[in-house]
Amino acid sequence: MIPSMASGDDVRVMVLAGGLSYERDVSLRSGRRVLDALRDAGVHAETQDADVSLLPALQEDPPDAVVIALHGAVGEDGSLRGVLDLCGVPYVGCDARASRVAWDKPSAKSMLREAGIPTPDWVALPHDRFSELGAVAVLDRIVDRLGLPLMVKPAQGGSGLGAAVVREDVDLPAAMVGCFAYHSTALVEKYVPGKNVAVSIVDLGSGPQVLPIVEIVPRDGVYDYAARYTAGLTTWHAPARLDEETTARVAETALAAHKALGLRDLSRVDVIVTEDGSPQVLGINVSPGLTETSLLPLAVHAAGLDLGHILATLIGRAVARA
Amino acid sequence: MTGTTQDDYTDVYARRVRGMQTSEIRALFAVASRPEVVSLAGGSPYIAALPLDAVGEMLGSLAADHGTVSLQYGIGQGTVELRERICEVMALSGIRGASPDDVVVTVGGQQAIDLLARLFLDPGDVVLAEGPSYVGALGVFQAAQAQVHHVPMDDEGLIPAALEEAIAAVARSGRRAKFLYTIPTFQNPAGVTLTEERREQVLDICERAGLLVVEDDPYGMLSFEGDAPLPLRARRRDGVFYVSTFSKTFAPGLRVGWILAPHAVREKLVMMSEANVLCPSAFAQGAVTQYLTTMPWREQVKSYREIYRERRDVLLTALRDLMPAGTSWTNPTGGLFVWVTLPEGLDSKAMMPRAIAARVAYVPGTGFYADGTGTTNMRLNFSYASPERLREGVRRLAGVMEQDLAMRAVFGPAPAPHHHRRRGAAAADAPGPDLA
Repeated sequence: MIPSMASGDDVRVMVLAGGLSYERDVSLRSGRRVLDALRDAGVHAETQDADVSLLPALQEDPPDAVVIALHGAVGEDGSLRGVLDLCGVPYVGCDARASRVAWDKPSAKSMLREAGIPTPDWVALPHDRFSELGAVAVLDRIVDRLGLPLMVKPAQGGSGLGAAVVREDVDLPAAMVGCFAYHSTALVEKYVPGKNVAVSIVDLGSGPQVLPIVEIVPRDGVYDYAARYTAGLTTWHAPARLDEETTARVAETALAAHKALGLRDLSRVDVIVTEDGSPQVLGINVSPGLTETSLLPLAVHAAGLDLGHILATLIGRAVARA
Repeated sequence: MTGTTQDDYTDVYARRVRGMQTSEIRALFAVASRPEVVSLAGGSPYIAALPLDAVGEMLGSLAADHGTVSLQYGIGQGTVELRERICEVMALSGIRGASPDDVVVTVGGQQAIDLLARLFLDPGDVVLAEGPSYVGALGVFQAAQAQVHHVPMDDEGLIPAALEEAIAAVARSGRRAKFLYTIPTFQNPAGVTLTEERREQVLDICERAGLLVVEDDPYGMLSFEGDAPLPLRARRRDGVFYVSTFSKTFAPGLRVGWILAPHAVREKLVMMSEANVLCPSAFAQGAVTQYLTTMPWREQVKSYREIYRERRDVLLTALRDLMPAGTSWTNPTGGLFVWVTLPEGLDSKAMMPRAIAARVAYVPGTGFYADGTGTTNMRLNFSYASPERLREGVRRLAGVMEQDLAMRAVFGPAPAPHHHRRRGAAAADAPGPDLA
């Protein structure tokens, strides 16, 4: 039996937002949005930064549950979830182990591939390998193997930070440097052209279900940081402009990915749908953005649901698990 | 079915708004505000050095004893009491004989620049400005839909021959340069000061070309080595608009600045300011007036000079001790900033995430150019962080640069910067005013 939190039971929720990752600003926005949504749903919620004040706050006045609106390393690499486990505080979302795997893109892709879920071919290399083996030789091998164009992105991290499409091999070294500024390991992926869609998944008690798929059309063709977080620079179609059969296939693939990685409560699966309608999973987010321009809230809206009520239900599930 | 952009007003915005957008660099500055990060990125004065108890008493009395005036509307030009005090302050800088009638009090120096832009700039007009220049002014000129042409500097400030060349180039292009925007003393961000000799040359060149001069002088009183050279306005009355502020000598939170302008122009500035903000805050003006009248503000400025001189010395010493070979920097004799030129192949903007990971922040040089240049530079502030934090910040920064140099050695130098950026991009590469 899952207790309902939507009626304003005396449940106190801590919304974790901020942190020291590159996505601090995004996280603060997500946190504010979550706070508003929960309060509108009648849930008593406060925000808390992931800093030295967190553990004393958890100890002195433990909340009934935590909603993690942290993005980037601390919110998604599993470490903070481990700390919450240590403190015995329930939280919304997957456990530390699943989070750690999903956060590391090469690990997640390996797991997807093992489960037979399509994902673009890739190579993941730390910067040390380039200096030891010679950058030109290694880059040449990568281009030989994967072809052009390529997608270069940090092995860990979100919001498109440090990511670049490389269409000509002369641009590859600069893209690698840009990527290594954000993380010590680069994921170089075969660039797959197609429709960029996001599949939000929530589990309100009857198993994971897919919300309307959101299609992303950046005005300037690139879904970079500015296109993600400046209202007006990207057009989102929810539901995505896909035929019924393709929609079903994409949803099925995303669900399979969610399950393969052992995720819980909610996730967002980023997918490219090729011209022939076949989906390729790019990555999975265990702490999806919840800002005004983020994809999961758009999907919730398109489903005719209320973000606050969904979160309240997930909070109820988390409390019940404890 | 149509999609949503989450902004229903995309087709309604004025043209000047296009290109205003969030940026990766702005996102990184959100981390820089955390105490774990040594921020050399802000431009904040060291307010903790103020006698805050005494200021508190003064502000309390301003409300309790003079509240019927200080909490009421005031006149658009600013109170006569404050304008008189401002003339005394300017006299200390060498601008003598200014009339309180010709002073317009503004909401910080920023509104002063904005009013002058509104007064003189039509869309497409050209503004000449030092390269690099103050990001807040670049934002004003962008909002006015003007084009900024940067004029290079060297250790002696704006280069007169380059100014002549820029004026000629603008004329050849069939456009009109309306004014030169200049921070001649302890320039932001470069930290250099226009020499005595060049001050006359620059004024002569502008006079010959019929080019107005907007002299922005927020830092003139913060000299570490004797008095700063006389302001341009102290040398020439005609054609020079003098802008200054109490943000660096007293408190930026009060937002009080001013313009000294010839009579005819002053009238229009007042009307423009009334349309803009009705009147500057009566309370803030009262606070500044009281501060200048009843408190030892000259001593306070001296104390700021000493604090900042010590911090500048610490920063310059740390740079000398720790920066990788091939790095160079300016030697400011006042003000708040040092301008660093990186070793060949490094890109200050591309290096920012690495710096944030190492818990140090600076402003990439691109934040101070309207045309996308500045990738090989960074601005460091020395007024806010303690001497220990300054040295630690430089230590971290040096480590970041060494790592980036190693990376460039593997992958090759940064590609040539792109000069075709979206308008408004300078502000996207600089922090908001709240970052200390």
